[in-house]
Amino acid sequence: MNHKLSWRELEAGCILTQPGSASQYCTGDWRSRRPVLDEEKCNKCGLCWLYCPEGAITLKEDGSYETNLFYCKGCGICAHECKQGAITMVEEEE
Amino acid sequence: MRRVALEGSFAAAEAARIADVDVIAAYPITPQTHIVERLAEMVADGELDAEYIDVESEHSALSCLLGASAVGARTFTATAGQGLELMHEVLYIASSMRLPIIMAVANRALSAPLSVWGDHSDAMAVRDSGWIQVFAENSQEVSDLILWAFRVGEDRKVLFPVMVHLDGFHISHVTEPVLLPDKEEVDRFLPPYCYPLPLDPDRPVTMGAYGPPEIYSEAKKAQEVALRESKEVILRGWEEFRDAFGRSYSPVELHPPQGAKTLLLTMGSFSETAQLAVDQKRRKGEDVGLLSIRLWRPFPFEELSGAARDAHTLIIFDRSISFGGPGGPVACEVKSALYSEQRRPKVVSFIGGLGGRDVSQKEFEQMIDRGVEIVEKGSLGMYETIGIRD
Repeated sequence: MNHKLSWRELEAGCILTQPGSASQYCTGDWRSRRPVLDEEKCNKCGLCWLYCPEGAITLKEDGSYETNLFYCKGCGICAHECKQGAITMVEEEE
Repeated sequence: MRRVALEGSFAAAEAARIADVDVIAAYPITPQTHIVERLAEMVADGELDAEYIDVESEHSALSCLLGASAVGARTFTATAGQGLELMHEVLYIASSMRLPIIMAVANRALSAPLSVWGDHSDAMAVRDSGWIQVFAENSQEVSDLILWAFRVGEDRKVLFPVMVHLDGFHISHVTEPVLLPDKEEVDRFLPPYCYPLPLDPDRPVTMGAYGPPEIYSEAKKAQEVALRESKEVILRGWEEFRDAFGRSYSPVELHPPQGAKTLLLTMGSFSETAQLAVDQKRRKGEDVGLLSIRLWRPFPFEELSGAARDAHTLIIFDRSISFGGPGGPVACEVKSALYSEQRRPKVVSFIGGLGGRDVSQKEFEQMIDRGVEIVEKGSLGMYETIGIRD
């Protein structure tokens, strides 16, 4: 959401006319810790991808995984579930 | 136009029928039951082509109508007292989503002790819910205001739900002569409901979406401005109603039209008894008048201060208590409305008529005498009660 709407620009009842516009909402802003993947330890099992409640982890062509930080809220579930200990949550810095 | 004897509840049901509602969802509760019972009969007998949804609670009744209104159906329900309270959270959703559901409320006291009888406690608990709200004084007004409510609420410039308050038993169960317009006349007055952005698979929209801090304040400001601006259509709706059916309504009414020195202020059916008291006083040569409020939300600030400006004493009668607060809710709002006026009357607040307790013509006369006495002695307190045993 680059342009912040004024109250005059809203549809009556805040109706949204553009389907799927929630994808423009940067939930990554909520994050205080960021997952960092150690590719050496990762065995590409996909548990992080399976458990991520935001669907913020995507499968790359080479079979490894990456986190979309636009959506990642930093909940740490991926790090908790990873059997290889390949994901570390690190503090976001200003 | 037909002149028929109807109790207030049936006048409400008839108005919904001739407005040709599409969906009714309701749960019976005294003293409103006759309204939806009659509508259920109409649907069952084929007199009204509408969906009648039996629900398990008032919360569900209003929730059903959110959906129906959102796809573009004309919707109606009725409730009272505890039922209105059970709807409470959904009331805010209806107004915030700008869905013009029309609801008759047969005003009832709130428990405990359990009371099915009338007062304004239920209405006052929902006064900030964002609905347009009017108070009827008799069965004719019930029918007229419901027809007007569809015209105003569904207007594209308005799109707000409307509550038409009628006093439980004092109106809902009293049979009076009512002029009922024919459906053809109403069809000319009331255009079809056409919601600008309905739920439609071919034109997908999202309603009631999540409003994070980035947008919630803007949403509320837009809603508040829209409710205040609905006043223009509210007034025009009454003009159109007068042109179509010959009866005139206004946000407040002053009787007699020229300002009297002492004014009694009431809302709802007790205004008719209060008027008898005022007329009796006037026959004795006292300079007394009656100011009644019909439009409760949006509050008629201009009309009220205009009508009260020339009075010296304003005696306000409330049928509910704001517990631990500054007295009667109507008195509080009127005082707030007058506070910034240069010329304003002294305001005396009375509370009575709770849980079905009658207030007689004589008691209204005593209220006027006592109000004048309080102002003359300069002993203005917070409020006094009337008709409550000491």
